[in-house]
Amino acid sequence: MKTQMNIRSLINRDNNIVQLLVMTVLIFAVMTALSPDKFLRYYNFESITYIFPELGLLSIAMMIAMLTGGIDLSVVGVANLSGILAGVLFHKMAGAAGIADAGILTVLLGGVIALGTGLVAGTVNGLLITRLGITPILATLGTGQVFTGLAIVLTGGPAIVGFPTAWAFLGNGKILGLATPFVLFAVIAALIAFVLSRTALGINLMLIGTNPKAALFAGLKRERMVLYSYMLTGVLASVAGIVLSGRTNAAKSDYGTSYLLQAVLIAVLGGTNPAGGRGTVLGITIAVAALMLLSSGFQILRFSNHLIDFIWGAFLLLVIAINAYKNRTR
Amino acid sequence: MALLRRSETVIAGILLLAMVLIGTINPAFWQLDNLFSLMRSNVIIGIMAMGVLLVLISGGIDVSFPAFAVAAMYLTIKGMLALGYNGVVLPLLAATLMGLAFGAVNGFFVYKFRMIPLIVTLGTSAMVRGFLLGVVGTSMININKMPTALIDFARTDVVSVTKADGTTYGLTAMVLIYLGLALAMHLVLRYTMIGRSAYALGGDPEAARRAGFDLRKTIFFIYCVAGALAGFAGLLHSGMIWLANPRDFVGLELDVIAAVVLGGASIFGGRGSVLGTMLGVFMLVMVKNSLIIMRVDTTWQLVVVGLIVIAATALSAWRDRRRAA
Repeated sequence: MKTQMNIRSLINRDNNIVQLLVMTVLIFAVMTALSPDKFLRYYNFESITYIFPELGLLSIAMMIAMLTGGIDLSVVGVANLSGILAGVLFHKMAGAAGIADAGILTVLLGGVIALGTGLVAGTVNGLLITRLGITPILATLGTGQVFTGLAIVLTGGPAIVGFPTAWAFLGNGKILGLATPFVLFAVIAALIAFVLSRTALGINLMLIGTNPKAALFAGLKRERMVLYSYMLTGVLASVAGIVLSGRTNAAKSDYGTSYLLQAVLIAVLGGTNPAGGRGTVLGITIAVAALMLLSSGFQILRFSNHLIDFIWGAFLLLVIAINAYKNRTR
Repeated sequence: MALLRRSETVIAGILLLAMVLIGTINPAFWQLDNLFSLMRSNVIIGIMAMGVLLVLISGGIDVSFPAFAVAAMYLTIKGMLALGYNGVVLPLLAATLMGLAFGAVNGFFVYKFRMIPLIVTLGTSAMVRGFLLGVVGTSMININKMPTALIDFARTDVVSVTKADGTTYGLTAMVLIYLGLALAMHLVLRYTMIGRSAYALGGDPEAARRAGFDLRKTIFFIYCVAGALAGFAGLLHSGMIWLANPRDFVGLELDVIAAVVLGGASIFGGRGSVLGTMLGVFMLVMVKNSLIIMRVDTTWQLVVVGLIVIAATALSAWRDRRRAA
């Protein structure tokens, strides 16, 4: 009797994860059936491990903002601005040797600047939301515009091309036969999963998201915790910016604009409750994998990017409907 | 005294101050043709702002209306070309109805699944734009193919003045359409049950439900009207610029939301007025246009609009919290 209860609670808790896994396998099977010779090639999966981390990091960032019932619409702006600021630094510091051979110190400085950009941007978002009491949607809509605007001012429009080799390694190198960005993602995802489930910050965020008033009466420092969560979101977005600029060897103010919708979609699909209180890194990771398989499958089937956008939108609405249907008894 | 305390008065004051400032920096601002062109730039953003105002009053948000506007515009003109139809009233009606149908989808998801409006409208926006560009087409319809009736209609002037050098300029009659729609929205919000229920919904949904407001009707009304206004504005826009571009209106949602919040609508719902919104629209359009007159590099436009959004929402949040306290 007791073991039965345990199994049932386990299934209930991981219901969403199981569903996601089933969906991923289903997508995999359908895509394999539609074009077995192209989809099942090693190259296809390898290229997914290079593109996957950017979107995965942005989605985890989005999930963290959603934990307290907020949202961060500035993640793409932060990612681009981080990459561009680092790029500007490299171009300013490039000596006679050229950008590609920039020293390790320069690259480290670039990394500090990029991550610092994310931290500052996240702090600005957090302060606007906690101190000034602006709703997260409008605060991050505004700051996202400012960050993108600053990126345009810095570059004047065109892309900044050319990053040091060591920087590019973060985006398209290999560690032990695995894509560097993928390894980076795995480490960061594990770290965030630990923070969210095992530390005071993570538990506090979940509690605040579940019931803000009860959390306040329980003595949780709501403002500080929410501020920290947006700082973390900003830093994650800037890591995504580093990986993106390393992979493409360029940074531009309007890269990855369609990532915003996809990050929201993945966060919701991965079992995050946009009203707050629920969300796991594992769910996000599986959801990203599922969507990457879907998107590479569509690309192999020669769907245009616009049509893929259409499918993302439809998918988002479908997921909303399914979630609502599942929770209808509550 | 009561007049002084209204937020419309404050916005009007800031607006006048900004006009004097810009006029001092560059006297060309006060020339009649600049003022006329400013008013012309108000029309499309202003009509869309009426819909966004309604959504914000109800406590929601809508980022899908630019997609609806561009879809209604492009599909209508494609249809006119396919049928060889050249007119004004029917196409405008068709675009409006198309926008209304899109809006109904928003309303359905927001009401039926109790989903956060932002996420719903992000989804519908991506779907509509993706469908338009992926299935209908990506090519622009230029002036040589545009239906002439639409262009002729949109170039009607209320007054026209001839300059010393023989060129003429005028105030477009589209301003009258904008004013008419604004007046209608004002009357609906002020004097009809459905208008009042939008305020009630934004104030407190649970209280509104218990007081007997039909939330389903209200939510559908709000999102349908927002969509319909966007569809109408979209087609009018293509008539005014003599061009139908399926990639138009990207990023417009931020400008319009900024204008509405600038006009004193509360970001928490339940507050906002048509007059304030019109002043907010005028302010935003004026600032954006004046950046060019004041020779500020156009790359700064996004930064300025973003800062305006932040400042306006911060002010609104500060005001509403003080009122609540």
